[in-house]
Amino acid sequence: MLKPARVILATLLLALGAAFAQTNISIALYPDLDSHLNAVLEQFHAENPDIIVEVRILEHGDHHTALVTNLATGSGAADVVAIDVGFIARFVADGGLVDLNSEPYNAGQYQDIFAEYAWLQASTTDGRLVAMPTDLGPGVMYYRRDRFEQVDANVEDVIADWDSFLEFGRAVTRDTDGDGQIDVYLIADAGDVARAMFRANIAPGDGVFFGADGTPLVTNERFVEAFRVAKAIRDDGLDARIGAWSNEWYEAFKRGTVAVQLSGAWLLGHLQNWMAPETAGLWGASNLPNGIYGSWGGSFYGIPEQSANKDAAWRLIEFLTTNPDIQLAAFDRIGAFPAVTSTYGAPLFDEELAFLDGQQARLLFSEVANNIEGRATHPGDNVAEEIVNSALSQVLDEGRDIEEALAEAQQLIARRTR
Amino acid sequence: MTTSTREANAKAEAVTAVKPDRKFRWYRWQRRFAPYIFVSPFFILFAVFGLFPTLFSIYLSFQAWNPVQGLGSMEWVGIENYQFLLTDPWFWKSLRNTIWLALASGIPQHLLAIPLAFVLVSVVHRSLRHPLTAAYFLPYITSTVAVAIVFNTIFGTQFGVLNWAINGLAEWPLTSWMFSGIRDQMPINWLGRAPYIKPAIAILVSWKYFGFNVVLYSAGLATIPRDYYEAAMMDGATALQRFRHITLPLLRPMMFFAITLTIIGNLQLFDEPFILTNRTGGPSESGLTLAMYLYRTGFEWLDMGTAAAMSWVLFLVIGTSTILHFFISGRRGLERRE
Repeated sequence: MLKPARVILATLLLALGAAFAQTNISIALYPDLDSHLNAVLEQFHAENPDIIVEVRILEHGDHHTALVTNLATGSGAADVVAIDVGFIARFVADGGLVDLNSEPYNAGQYQDIFAEYAWLQASTTDGRLVAMPTDLGPGVMYYRRDRFEQVDANVEDVIADWDSFLEFGRAVTRDTDGDGQIDVYLIADAGDVARAMFRANIAPGDGVFFGADGTPLVTNERFVEAFRVAKAIRDDGLDARIGAWSNEWYEAFKRGTVAVQLSGAWLLGHLQNWMAPETAGLWGASNLPNGIYGSWGGSFYGIPEQSANKDAAWRLIEFLTTNPDIQLAAFDRIGAFPAVTSTYGAPLFDEELAFLDGQQARLLFSEVANNIEGRATHPGDNVAEEIVNSALSQVLDEGRDIEEALAEAQQLIARRTR
Repeated sequence: MTTSTREANAKAEAVTAVKPDRKFRWYRWQRRFAPYIFVSPFFILFAVFGLFPTLFSIYLSFQAWNPVQGLGSMEWVGIENYQFLLTDPWFWKSLRNTIWLALASGIPQHLLAIPLAFVLVSVVHRSLRHPLTAAYFLPYITSTVAVAIVFNTIFGTQFGVLNWAINGLAEWPLTSWMFSGIRDQMPINWLGRAPYIKPAIAILVSWKYFGFNVVLYSAGLATIPRDYYEAAMMDGATALQRFRHITLPLLRPMMFFAITLTIIGNLQLFDEPFILTNRTGGPSESGLTLAMYLYRTGFEWLDMGTAAAMSWVLFLVIGTSTILHFFISGRRGLERRE
């Protein structure tokens, strides 16, 4: 053969060989996770030159519906899928996602580097881990400093316990301009308080809605107390009865109509960027009242059973979730609070946030993240949550008796999770 | 046999004698199967996307299936899904909601549309008729999601347009007598309180679909011969009398058709309550229609078998209502005009 021909043939064979050695994997995400992924993809490829990643993006709701459909038909799912905490319960049923505790992934080796509760949220009651945590939503109370000053209230005193919280509520809820209509309320929705309460102080061994034996336990003291406090707030007229994520809610933030809002660390980004940017400097963040800790949100990455490239998928997940630098990069770029607790000492956390009047709120977020007590997810959690929310709305809006509403909820949940 | 048929047969025989065998077989084959081949694109699409899902859902309604676990995890449970439904408080609640909404949004649609169509056809100047009809028809062709988002703002409690308008009307001397009782209820929480969410949805649905009925009734009115009206005018009938004694009776076939469509459509209400209640079904499930509950059971609670059973129960409800409707107004609705 002629020399040039030999060279060309050798190059072709090399290229062919390289192409065969490469693995193509796909990852399915919802916004805003894609901005972070696209930024770190180059580094991943440098560390793993044989893996090519294709990114698929769908809106939050569509993404999870598509995942259900793909798992149902056994085809079409990406190799790595992002899952929001609100949807995790749908996927803990056996057979959809790979158990990452098993060989050859042995995710258990990483358990200690993550916030404990996030690990539990992705775990099932029978010990499988269906996804790796990647970001968290530590729960805090955002409060309007000006509303507190107007009634000479001190945040530390207000959050001491529920009684002082209610007392502050009665002082702050009033008509400030004399037109006969109340202009400032304590909180947007009394239901938020109930939801924060029944997710905290759970007895060891129990889940949020189900006991260790799988029977629902929504009639116990934890739920009754949560409903009672929320009802007290509603009966005293301390809440504005505004639904979250509605135009009224955004208006309430812009005008300072509510004095506090219980939510996750991520709400800060939303308030700052588009909901109420002109109110910068008027807000602060504190722990939740009565010393409870709660979580609002979080994302996870899992591998569907039907994937043909599980090893490569696992490498990508390890890169995104266990690497502290990548976790910090996500926090910086998209405000995704890291699930890896070793990152909490980074300088980024000492930053004084102008929106919160110079408060070093990230230190607060990391303290909360370390203290939240998590529980494994039961497959019936989604159903139970909706039924309990319905009972809560009956108690608050229609004045139904608490014990009665919870007893009916208990019955409905038991029927549904038969 | 007639001459032409004999000629035709002779011709065919001549053709057979002259043409080679293969060509004739092809000719015969394609004459026989051509109709089926031309119909097949539609039929294949219909079979795959229409017929198969229908049959599969009947099959599915007798199974218990969590879709996340894959197709193989279906478990035969017989009529247990149907039994579960019939004893489920939320099912009966959503059925009651659906029927209430169907009536509350269906009746105003027709009560508004018939006089309006009459005015458009007989009273309004000819050049205005079509633009006005188009204007009334616009809500029907607008995206439901976009409309519901705008209505979310209109129905707002503190800052909503509707509450502002009611407040204004209650203070205006000309109309304040109508709104005297409302004062204590203001500001009305349309989307957050159980007694108000259903009227809010009914208002939205009526507004959206009455234009369609206006178009139907305009078409129906246009088929009434002018002679009847002229004869009545000569006898001295007023517009109102013409409406009552000529228009309404002769409009019956169109009313029958339009009401059937309304029954079928309203019992399947999904889009409007879904968006107005922000996927939740409203406070204590007061805005939850049967179609919404079906969606929730199947796609959010991942209980596909029960969802399929519910869809067939809905089918029975719609079928029964339509049959009842046929019995009540069927004969007179379908008969020819005298």
